[in-house]
Amino acid sequence: MAANPTFQTPEIVVADEELHRKLEHMWSDPPGIHGWLGTTDHKKIGKRYLFTAFVFLIVGGLEALGMRLQLAQPNEHLLSPGLYNQFFSMHGFTMIFLYALPILSGFSNYLWPLILGTRDMAFPRLNAFTYWVFLLAGIFLYIGFWNGKGTDVGWFNYVPLAERAYNPDWNVDVYSLGMIFLGISTTAGAVNFIATMFRTRAPGMSISRVPIMIWGTLVSNIGILFAVPAVSLDFLMLWLDRRFGTQFFNPSAGGRPLLWQHLFWIFGHPWVYAIVLPAMSIVSQGLPVYCRRPLVAHSAVVLATILTMVLGFGVWVHHMFATGLPVIALGFFAAASFVIVIPSAVSVFAWVATIWTGRPVFTTAFKFFAAEIVLFVIGGVSGFMTAAVPLDWQLTDTYFVVAHLHYVLIGINVFPVIGGIYHWFPKMTGRMMNERLGWWNFWLMFIGFNLGFFPMHISGLEGMPRRIYTYPANLGWGDLNLVTTIGSFVFALGVLLFVINVVRSRIKGAPAPANPWDASTLEWATTSPPPSHNFTVIPQVASLDPLWEERLEGSRQSLLEEGPVLDHEHEIPGTTVLDAEPDVILKMPHATLAPISLALLIAGTFVGLLMSMWWVAAGCLLAMIPALLWWFWPSPELGFAERVRP
Amino acid sequence: MRRLVAILVVLAPALAHAGPMTFMVSHGAAANPITKLGWGLLGLSIFVGAFIALAVLIGIWWKRGAGEYDARGWPVLSHGRNGLPWLWIGVPVSIVLLLLSAIWTFYVLGVATAAPGHPKITVEVIGHQWWWEVRYSEFGYPRRSFETANEIHIPVGVPVELHLTSADVIHSFWVPQLAGKTDTIPGQINHAWIEADKPGIYRGQCAEFCGLQHAHMALYVVAQPVRRFKAWWTHQLQPAADQVTGLAGEGETVFRTRCAICHTARGMPGSQGKLGPDLTHLMSRRTIAAGTLPNTPGNLAAWVSDAPAQKPGVDMPAEDLTGPQLQALLAYLKTLK
Repeated sequence: MAANPTFQTPEIVVADEELHRKLEHMWSDPPGIHGWLGTTDHKKIGKRYLFTAFVFLIVGGLEALGMRLQLAQPNEHLLSPGLYNQFFSMHGFTMIFLYALPILSGFSNYLWPLILGTRDMAFPRLNAFTYWVFLLAGIFLYIGFWNGKGTDVGWFNYVPLAERAYNPDWNVDVYSLGMIFLGISTTAGAVNFIATMFRTRAPGMSISRVPIMIWGTLVSNIGILFAVPAVSLDFLMLWLDRRFGTQFFNPSAGGRPLLWQHLFWIFGHPWVYAIVLPAMSIVSQGLPVYCRRPLVAHSAVVLATILTMVLGFGVWVHHMFATGLPVIALGFFAAASFVIVIPSAVSVFAWVATIWTGRPVFTTAFKFFAAEIVLFVIGGVSGFMTAAVPLDWQLTDTYFVVAHLHYVLIGINVFPVIGGIYHWFPKMTGRMMNERLGWWNFWLMFIGFNLGFFPMHISGLEGMPRRIYTYPANLGWGDLNLVTTIGSFVFALGVLLFVINVVRSRIKGAPAPANPWDASTLEWATTSPPPSHNFTVIPQVASLDPLWEERLEGSRQSLLEEGPVLDHEHEIPGTTVLDAEPDVILKMPHATLAPISLALLIAGTFVGLLMSMWWVAAGCLLAMIPALLWWFWPSPELGFAERVRP
Repeated sequence: MRRLVAILVVLAPALAHAGPMTFMVSHGAAANPITKLGWGLLGLSIFVGAFIALAVLIGIWWKRGAGEYDARGWPVLSHGRNGLPWLWIGVPVSIVLLLLSAIWTFYVLGVATAAPGHPKITVEVIGHQWWWEVRYSEFGYPRRSFETANEIHIPVGVPVELHLTSADVIHSFWVPQLAGKTDTIPGQINHAWIEADKPGIYRGQCAEFCGLQHAHMALYVVAQPVRRFKAWWTHQLQPAADQVTGLAGEGETVFRTRCAICHTARGMPGSQGKLGPDLTHLMSRRTIAAGTLPNTPGNLAAWVSDAPAQKPGVDMPAEDLTGPQLQALLAYLKTLK
């Protein structure tokens, strides 16, 4: 806070064309490369996240199709064992780290300021920075593959197999450093979301009026803040073991292989919730829109979301039931894993009740959201089976678990994400997606998914272990695997149709009105696509569903057309944490190349560490000092916060 | 409904022919309670999944068409009916079902963790990339211990204690119809037990990814009546034949120069290699290379002359043996009964 704050009371005006044009000009990025690389516009960054993450989904999907061809029949020789092991390892980390969270960050980046009724994220430059770090870390993680050997130890990378003694190539070094690198982006992004949620909501959006969509991402990012350090530390220790001969995990020198697993899953299980809770909140946000009523038990679903994340930190040992831990510990973690079903049940019953007591409209987005409920329950009950310790001794590391985790990750992440694109595409592009193609898209994905992944439950019950590159003919797994392979290609066809629909609709879709689905939240109050400044006047919120107030409450209480004018440079209102009362006017930065420069220097540091070119690493580290000075250099238009006169 | 049909169509034939690795069928005291729990929780899970799927489907079609529509043809926005009963009923019912499942789980956990009484037989199993070393010993009788590989014999109806560890990376010991998995982890000894209630050959396989040939790391548990088990034990205690002559005698020389550095044939001087499986009674085993190939003369010849071609990545190098050398070596191996 400035020592001697200046006070300003913003004028309350009705939005008009002149103000709109002024703000539009003020908030637009400068033309050319500077504007393109330096943009801090959350909408552009959000779309870049969505695009990049979707490219990684396709890369990971192609790896999966390769594996499915190899497994279609017993004793196939399409992929060598080495290549197969790389495929499943890269498929795992690509989907989990480079697709599942970044795609949700894309939605949140794009939508948060719109839903919260403001003009940008709390830290726009940090936002640009997280995207560039994500992109560079994603490319970095694929370096090994392009150089002939990607990581091949599975995404959870167990030691000692991942140690230099058993894996002398640099592929695991790439993975270790890449994960630490990516962790920077994830952590910085989490800080930004949390600050945005607590400080930049539109005036009047008190904590009870925060839409459910925000809660999922908020809770997920608070979890990330506590979970990521564990995995960064884990990979740092592994890298030190491999490169400098420390012995953290080497049992013959007093180290412990299980230490890796504890640290990995202390991160890993909360991470699972981090990549499904925001997607669940997409469903909680979108489903009621198409059921023509508010979500049943909004508060209970919010509390359940929070509870899930909290409990999510107490279940990591259920990934380690077969490692010989004491029975009392197994009992505790089994109990915790049963308990975590309860908040999930709250969400499921709230969704079902919303459908039952609403009047559904059959859009493509609705189909994806409704399908998510069913797939979530299937993935949920199979997870519940693995929580039963003795049964897990049989189920773990079989295809049953592969089925389970795909029902969870595709069912609760990919389906809501595709549904979410159908839902918000008109807002993002100003064009509607094609519903007829959407029908084919949905049914191909839904049938292909179940045809592909449901039989995996049975392969698992038939005793097929995961991560085997081939299997003999006499164990009864051949037919099931053939069905799975066929299903996976049908599913891939559905995804392809989705891509076609996006491209086609982007070019010649019907123009979208501001609120094509008659939804209730603030992002639908502005034009499609929104202007660069989002809202010409800052809305003032009086309920959870501002755009439905007239019809549900009889009159509109929220002010959408009339509000404080903030037009001295980039300004957004800062509001109080719980009640969202106007507190300060925050000055936001313009497009700048500082974030991408810093991201490139970090990438240079990691490349230096990877190649043992210490002078490169040191040089890049030193160069970060001027880059940070550039970033933080005081500028007049940033002027700092101004107090709002009460 | 469509899902139910799909489940039945796929599930029924798949489980009807019950392959050798399924654990929905089991044959021993360590696995049987788990199998019951498995069927119980599977049934509950299918019920819950089908219930919610039906609820969603019925909810979608219920009252569709009733009520007012707005100008664009969508149902009029409303507060909707009270949906909270779904939560008031659904959540408590879920809690009760979870509680019952948890009680059953903890009961089975107690039963399945430790063998009843004190098992008389202890077998040490050591995971290697990519085979299983098996050591039998009798407490207090160091002379009554021996090593074998990839095939564990046990007496029927007797609980057998397993001490599990690893010589290199983490593996997981798993014979589905006899017990759940226990990881073999370097630097620690994990305990498990198995028991077979009828004679038979039970297949097992490594269940934790352990590198290039994780797919080819099987083992067999051979459960025999007590008398036959004792005979097997006595036979395994014997050293390799020491008076081999003729072609086999030449083969013994080949073995000593080419194989003995990694493999043991007990009784042969200079053959104490520990890197590969103990071969003292090689010919008594059903498979070679950890279940990769049936133990036939042809496979043995192919394996001995070029193991990496059969199992890429294996430590055993391709041996440039001449034809006569190979024949002699095979003749010798045949004496390792």
